[in-house]
Amino acid sequence: MSETSQPGFLINREDWSLHRKGQMDQLRHQEKVRDAIRRNLPDLVAEESIILSDGRKVVKVPIRSLEEYRFRFDPGKQRHVGQGDGSEQPGDVIAKSGADGPGRGRGAGDQPGVDYYEAEITVDELAELIFEDLGLPNLQQKRRPQLVSTGYEFNDVRRHGAMANLDKRRTLIEAFRRNALDGEPGFYPIRPEDLRFKTWDEALEMQAAAVVIAMMDTSGSMGTFEKYIARSFYFWMVRFLRTRYRHVQMVFIAHDTKAREVTEQEFFTKGESGGTKCSSAYELAIATIDERFPPDQYNIYAFHFSDGDNFPSDNARCVKLLGELLERCSAAGYGEIVSTRYYNDSTLMSVYQKITDPRFTRVTIRDKADVYPALRAFFRRQAPEVAVPGAAGQGGEGEP
Amino acid sequence: MTDRELLELEKWTQRIIKKARAEGLDFYEMRFEVAPADVIYTVGAYGMPTRFSHWSFGKAFHRMKTEYDYNLSRIYELVVNSDPCYAFLLDGNTLLQNKLVIAHVLAHSDFFKHNYRFAGTSHFMMENMAAHAERLARYEFRYGKQAVEQLLDAALALAEQVDPHPVGPPALPEDNEEEPDGAGDGRRSRPSTPYDDLWALDERLALQQPDPPASAHRRRDAPGPGRRVGFAPRSGSGESGPPSRSGGQAARRRARRWPVRPEKDVLRFIMEHSEYLETWQRDVLAMVREEALYFWPQIETRIMNEGWATFWHARLMRDEELSEADALEFARMHAGVIQPQRLHMNPYLLGLKIFESIERRWNEPDEEDRRRLDLPGGQGREKIFEVRELESDVGFVRNYLTRAIVEELKLFTFVRRGEEWQVESTGWEDVREALASRLANGGIPSIVVEDGDYRGSGELLLRHQYDGQELDLDHLEKTLPYVYQLWGRPAHLLTVVEGKETLFSYDGEHHRSTVD
Repeated sequence: MSETSQPGFLINREDWSLHRKGQMDQLRHQEKVRDAIRRNLPDLVAEESIILSDGRKVVKVPIRSLEEYRFRFDPGKQRHVGQGDGSEQPGDVIAKSGADGPGRGRGAGDQPGVDYYEAEITVDELAELIFEDLGLPNLQQKRRPQLVSTGYEFNDVRRHGAMANLDKRRTLIEAFRRNALDGEPGFYPIRPEDLRFKTWDEALEMQAAAVVIAMMDTSGSMGTFEKYIARSFYFWMVRFLRTRYRHVQMVFIAHDTKAREVTEQEFFTKGESGGTKCSSAYELAIATIDERFPPDQYNIYAFHFSDGDNFPSDNARCVKLLGELLERCSAAGYGEIVSTRYYNDSTLMSVYQKITDPRFTRVTIRDKADVYPALRAFFRRQAPEVAVPGAAGQGGEGEP
Repeated sequence: MTDRELLELEKWTQRIIKKARAEGLDFYEMRFEVAPADVIYTVGAYGMPTRFSHWSFGKAFHRMKTEYDYNLSRIYELVVNSDPCYAFLLDGNTLLQNKLVIAHVLAHSDFFKHNYRFAGTSHFMMENMAAHAERLARYEFRYGKQAVEQLLDAALALAEQVDPHPVGPPALPEDNEEEPDGAGDGRRSRPSTPYDDLWALDERLALQQPDPPASAHRRRDAPGPGRRVGFAPRSGSGESGPPSRSGGQAARRRARRWPVRPEKDVLRFIMEHSEYLETWQRDVLAMVREEALYFWPQIETRIMNEGWATFWHARLMRDEELSEADALEFARMHAGVIQPQRLHMNPYLLGLKIFESIERRWNEPDEEDRRRLDLPGGQGREKIFEVRELESDVGFVRNYLTRAIVEELKLFTFVRRGEEWQVESTGWEDVREALASRLANGGIPSIVVEDGDYRGSGELLLRHQYDGQELDLDHLEKTLPYVYQLWGRPAHLLTVVEGKETLFSYDGEHHRSTVD
């Protein structure tokens, strides 16, 4: 610290290291951003910038609720003053709206900034929020436990460890005990031998093997919107399965009148055309299961997205095959993406409405914001309903 | 800064202060605080080092700090309008940078001390704000962080809706008590007008009413936590309402209009007359309002204030003996300050150019100025000091932005057409008009309380004093709920949308808009 007093002025250098107000309020702001993101999840789940990102990037998501609202003028309807190089003529376009109109960004200006707010968030963080209480439904112990989910549990107290894991309560008790033995009950002094540390074990949760069969209608009637919706759903589904379960397997089936197993890459990128026969996908799914994934060894999940615009003659067959598929599956889901254009009563959804099997979930998606509810509907966590004979409870050490 | 540099800066400051005084600058006692970037950006975000906590300041702080960390922008200094005048210098500045900054800051301090818009601002705001922060912290402890934060969210949304220049008697007859902040009151006594007797008549009328508006009752009882008189009994049963509201007595009703004239200080009106607020909540509003009034002159004089400081740092540094390296650094820094920005008007540059132009014109008037303004010449210095005292940005631009400046700076107006921003005009008068109207009322929509007992049921009707600039409807719809939150009854705002009078309403659940 240095301080000199002169007539009329004073220069002072203080120790500001305890000045943390800005940082504290910044934390509160971040907390609010997280809350806002949580509230906006339905909109964010189908946010294009996220789905199109490579999945690792930090994405910017618009957060409306964190603007500071007040009565202000509409910048789009005001006359602004700018400074140019002298070549400007009336009618010249100097900026495109949205890119860098007036008030965007900060800096000196005669205009109040357009105070939009974008929060930065990594796709992982977002995924964590989205998946917070999701899980594979009806997950049952199968003969070959493969699926491992991990967690940590603090389950031991030791005399050595990292200071960060200091168990303060036990340390104080130890100190008190020792001091009492020395004849002076009290918490002080605390000696190194009083220190107690928490330690943890990695908890491995062995779970049954699982396979997810993702089916998507790629026929000509599936427009850009429908495909986009189906892909956003599967984008999150794949991420979800990959982050939560270590050994889940995935099978991707694309179909029009014919069904093919495709790679993940193709599934997410390829466009197709042609008519629609949904039963073809179910047939292939059943065949795949029978060939590679015996239901007594795997928890099987099958999801199908379509616009429902199926050959009417094929609908009855779909119901029958879906029934067969359900016999093999822990859960199955059908999502129908309806843009008003194709909305009519003869869709696949209308025939599926009669299916009452509790393991079957149907959702109708009309809007980007419906993707999140669809995820929640398909992956709501439930206790296993009926234990398959021979299966132990979840999370056990495997079968004897 | 090293201690040696600090010592040199002190010597230099002493000299430059002397020089500035000789040039006619008259500033408060100066307190220069050398502080790290965090602190500078905190002061920038909060407006004052001692101000209360709120997430919006944290957001501003984070944004400014990030820009600094990524080297996108840099604040060299921050000045606080107070006596003594506090100026914060960035610890990372070079000695030369700090010299320039100190010269710049002296002019700010002179501006604060002399510009008439600052005449009513408290000189002890640093201490006042510290006291506010402490009181708010106590309220947080007592009523919960969340309750205080929600109240602040609403109060800050309306913080710009105050009346920085009250003229005439207060809008309410019984409204004669001291203003809580004392801003302006003692100093600017309200001018008497030929209409005073009319106001007095109104006041008598109001007092004679056998059954004065419920609002008057409400106001007299000191509101307290235990006392939450709902509106329900009045609006619920017809009998309990004042007779004048049963309709048909339009004349009497008009006489008792409440407020008697549109009241520009929306925040104050709500603070004093809301049924809903408890004492501590009124206190919070009073604090927010006091701080808003304190900052208001800075909003209204930004171009002048920055122009004045830039003018003087250039002037004071001009005949300093600088080494070649320092001269180059100074030139670079000065150029950075006045760098043109395409889509924004740089206030440093514009203010500087206008002050320079005034000085030149009054020193050596051309034929036209000589004739039209009756200028003898040689009064440049005198004139700029007069302008810095008597104008705010609107007048500064309207009176002194000349064709020559507009052409030199190559200014133009632009508007949005569809998705494009297009140049609209390069005519200097268009530019001047556009700029002046943008600066009116600090660039903030002027909104008044039109009726505090709208539809006879205690609802609040606000009116936007439309001057051709339309409101941002998204923000409008998000701000009305704050009004509702504070008023406790449905809130309405009358404005003009696409040429039509439109009433926006929020009743606690639904938004509605009605075109007249």
